[in-house]
Amino acid sequence: MKTNGKIYRISGPVVIISGLNTRMYDVVKVGNEGLMGEVIGIEGDKSTVQVYEETSGIRPGEPVENTGMPLSVELGPGLLESIYDGIQHPLPVLKTTMGDFIKRGVFADGLSRQKQWEFVPTAKKGDKVKGGDILGTVQETQNIEHRIMVPPDVSGTIEEIKKGKFKVDEIVCTLSGGKKLTMMQKWPVRKPRPVARKLTPNKPLITGQRILDGLFPVAKGGTSAIPGPFGSVKTVTQQQLAKWSDTEIVVYIGCGERGNEMADVLNEFPELEDPKTGRPLMERTVLIANTSNMPVAAREASVYTGITIAEYYRDMGYDVSLMADSTSRWAEAMREISSRLEEMPGEEGYPAYLAARLSEFYERSGRVQSLCGKEGSITVIGAVSPPGGDFSEPITQNTLRIVKVFWALDAKLAQRRHFPAINWLNSYSLYTKALGDWYKENVSPEWLKLRDDAMELLQKESELQEIVQLVGSDALPEDQQLTLEIARMIREYFLQQNAYHEVDTFCPMDKQYKLLKAITTWGTRAQSALESGVQIEDIMKSKTKDDLAKIKYEKDFEAALGVVLKNMDEEFKKLGGR
Amino acid sequence: MTKEYKTINEIAGPLIFVEKTEPVGYNELVQITLPDGSIKRGQVLDTSEDIVVVQVFEGAGGLSRESSVMFTGETIKLPVSIDILGRILSGSGEPLDGGPRIVPEDRLEITGAAINPYARLPPKEFIQTGISTIDGMNTLVRGQKLPIFSGSGLPHNEIALQIARQARVRGSEEPFAVVFAAMGITNEEAQYFMRDFERTGALERAVVFLNLANDPAVERLITPRLALTAAEYLAYEHDMHVLVILTDITNYCEALRQMGAAREEVPGRRGYPGYMYTDLASLYERAGVVKGRKGSVTQFSILSMPGDDITHPIPDLSGYITEGQIVISRELHRKGIYPPINVLPSLSRLMNSGIGATRTREDHKAVSDQCYAAYAEGKDLRGLVAIVGKDALSDRDKKFLEFADMFEDRFVRQGMDENRDIETTLDIGWELLASLPEAQLTRIDNKYIQKYHPAHKAKKE
Repeated sequence: MKTNGKIYRISGPVVIISGLNTRMYDVVKVGNEGLMGEVIGIEGDKSTVQVYEETSGIRPGEPVENTGMPLSVELGPGLLESIYDGIQHPLPVLKTTMGDFIKRGVFADGLSRQKQWEFVPTAKKGDKVKGGDILGTVQETQNIEHRIMVPPDVSGTIEEIKKGKFKVDEIVCTLSGGKKLTMMQKWPVRKPRPVARKLTPNKPLITGQRILDGLFPVAKGGTSAIPGPFGSVKTVTQQQLAKWSDTEIVVYIGCGERGNEMADVLNEFPELEDPKTGRPLMERTVLIANTSNMPVAAREASVYTGITIAEYYRDMGYDVSLMADSTSRWAEAMREISSRLEEMPGEEGYPAYLAARLSEFYERSGRVQSLCGKEGSITVIGAVSPPGGDFSEPITQNTLRIVKVFWALDAKLAQRRHFPAINWLNSYSLYTKALGDWYKENVSPEWLKLRDDAMELLQKESELQEIVQLVGSDALPEDQQLTLEIARMIREYFLQQNAYHEVDTFCPMDKQYKLLKAITTWGTRAQSALESGVQIEDIMKSKTKDDLAKIKYEKDFEAALGVVLKNMDEEFKKLGGR
Repeated sequence: MTKEYKTINEIAGPLIFVEKTEPVGYNELVQITLPDGSIKRGQVLDTSEDIVVVQVFEGAGGLSRESSVMFTGETIKLPVSIDILGRILSGSGEPLDGGPRIVPEDRLEITGAAINPYARLPPKEFIQTGISTIDGMNTLVRGQKLPIFSGSGLPHNEIALQIARQARVRGSEEPFAVVFAAMGITNEEAQYFMRDFERTGALERAVVFLNLANDPAVERLITPRLALTAAEYLAYEHDMHVLVILTDITNYCEALRQMGAAREEVPGRRGYPGYMYTDLASLYERAGVVKGRKGSVTQFSILSMPGDDITHPIPDLSGYITEGQIVISRELHRKGIYPPINVLPSLSRLMNSGIGATRTREDHKAVSDQCYAAYAEGKDLRGLVAIVGKDALSDRDKKFLEFADMFEDRFVRQGMDENRDIETTLDIGWELLASLPEAQLTRIDNKYIQKYHPAHKAKKE
């Protein structure tokens, strides 16, 4: 075992070392300052290392030390409410230890070693346990019970199990054979955590966003991509999802994002209230922030750090949603490192293994039965930022081959201030049918039909719009003019949603159903009025039509809806419709 | 580390390859003495036990294998003191104004460390630029980075100067400064900026870094970093609010590509290096406000889009890092409208946090959204009119068509020295919106209509 490693060559974040026995993905400490790096290539006596910190001033000949461990995260109580960089350094701790700017060579534990947690054992002496089994619980935050599990690769009979207050690195359980367990386990980020079996997703992720839940739902344990050219307010949509999705745990990865926006997330999240419990949303959130000017190698790792934490909570039996914003920045980090390694480039300079890495990542999502028999899920929502808004580029294309839902953000809609700017014609969801039973039971038996009708109307509208572009809307037959009007109502009253409006920001399924139903009711009434000879001009003057625009903002939606429906009835009676 | 080496093995463009050195640090500053005694500076790009690659800032002219190379043992630093205010420096930080060398209070690394996202304060203080299309529709806030996407032959310089002259945080007399970094602009353009700075007395509150078109391209890679280091120094050590104007980012990226090609790197899109995103981020991300510190750095870069193509890698990657963009339109410029800012593709991502009752006015967002929507619709209708003629339009559509024209003529158009406060901007917005049927104002809450709509306002008064 050679241990007297030294630096041979430095080129940006890529450092070549010699004289050290390494394994792929071992973490090494580089140079006098002990910068953290990871072995990503071995050739003869030399190993290639990507360094997670700035390398200015480092010289050839400085020592290198092998930790013998792959890049790992610490898993245990204290993850929630944390704000980490890409390699699980807590940012608040870094701020305390080295000030407002990120310097290098500073180490900080992922989990606090000082904090004590109340451990309540649920297993007892003499129990036979295997990997994934629950030993006990810790009330991590007010509403989240952290289940302390046996690490996946460990099993045995409990010889001793303690109760009381412990730090994460103190022993709480001893197994036969002397294996000692703490509340913390380490897991290499690039290796998926094992599960008992994978299940088919069958429940929708409720996001409270009408266009998502209503038209293009994603299932719990599913995958979705939000590609958006810049200026299409992708980040707002993602933040809405993080705030409102009905999962127990939220992992938000800001990968190569803007510092100011990340600051906004970091400031806003702690103030957000969880709509279901009234507690701070942070109590069930882990934030990972690696802005675009932080080291590129840590950006590459941030996505893995995030998904490993998500898997850990999934294994406890929780529903987790993971937002990665943006996977393009992640892929670009791969490209940058690949080009420093002088690897043969694939399409557009991306490494040839791009597709494989993307699919490996998305495959870590899913609804599963965990090793302890509980059901948990990870829903992955990945943002993609196609350069120039060109969806044919490699990251978007490779992502679309994997994900089941596509929420096509559209800069044109954003320019028109149609928010959320998700294009209803280009988006799709492959879960709609699979979730049919759930909708029948929980929303309404007619929901799917209502949705399909709305989609059909919108499709029809786009066809008619082409004609209107040529001849003007007055030249259309009256029934088509009405179709256009109803489609407009669906777009403006149903699909448009104001993320900054206190009421409209979240729309429960039931309200979505009633709102869409009310709009289509107006449509049906208007159509039959038209058929029975009422003038289109008179129908267009309908006051309840305008009232429908406003009810989504009402605090007391039911009451407002009741009034509008009643007025609608009277209005159409007066018009002479049936 | 004062050893000099005469072991240059190869010279390729601005790169020299030096053999058999003692260990040399990555990014270290290098001094090269030519046989004629003149001195050039450079930086280590790649270092190993066998060979060191140095990038020479002043260009390779005159370099030979007889030149001697000295590694200084430290990375590039900018000497700073409060006296840099009012100075004109070269693109590599040497005085150009005939003044004395700066007596350094400190010497700062020009690469700059990333601000810990946790230490950042989300920017939310409204900066009034006095330009309606920016204040009203794409509001700039302190700590933001908002580039101007322009094209050749468009008046981006005038707009940048007008912003530099007029930009203020309302009701605040806090110290401010302008840091101006020119990268590869022509002497004539530089003169134009300098004249305006002198005319308005802005120079004494400014630091100017000039890398002109005929200066070495490599130097362009450090010019913006010097400027941002000076800006951070003024902001975080002297509590100033600094506006940084970088022009032109496109020239910077060209230099980046040139260097990449010289190093025989694998090129990315259109020949630009694959790390251009990260590199640009290391510039743009040096804007912001830090918790507990009084100063701030706001960036206003100018970027000329090659061929007016917003999907070109330079504007495209910039757009992913900056918090929006102000897009200058050739069409409006041809119509003789100044400033020819097209509000539709323009965007300020931080607008919503900088506006509203406590910062500008409660109706700001509503007016802005409604103007956007109406203008977008009016512009679409222009296309239709071209085919079917105006007569075929409904009365409603005609109103929107007229709105678009009025919007360009009265809201967008303003004088080069016209400094509109936000109230004036919003009131113009309302006057224009009043030409539309009230029922069409669907983006505006009824209570604002009652309060600000000219028809209701007149009734009350």
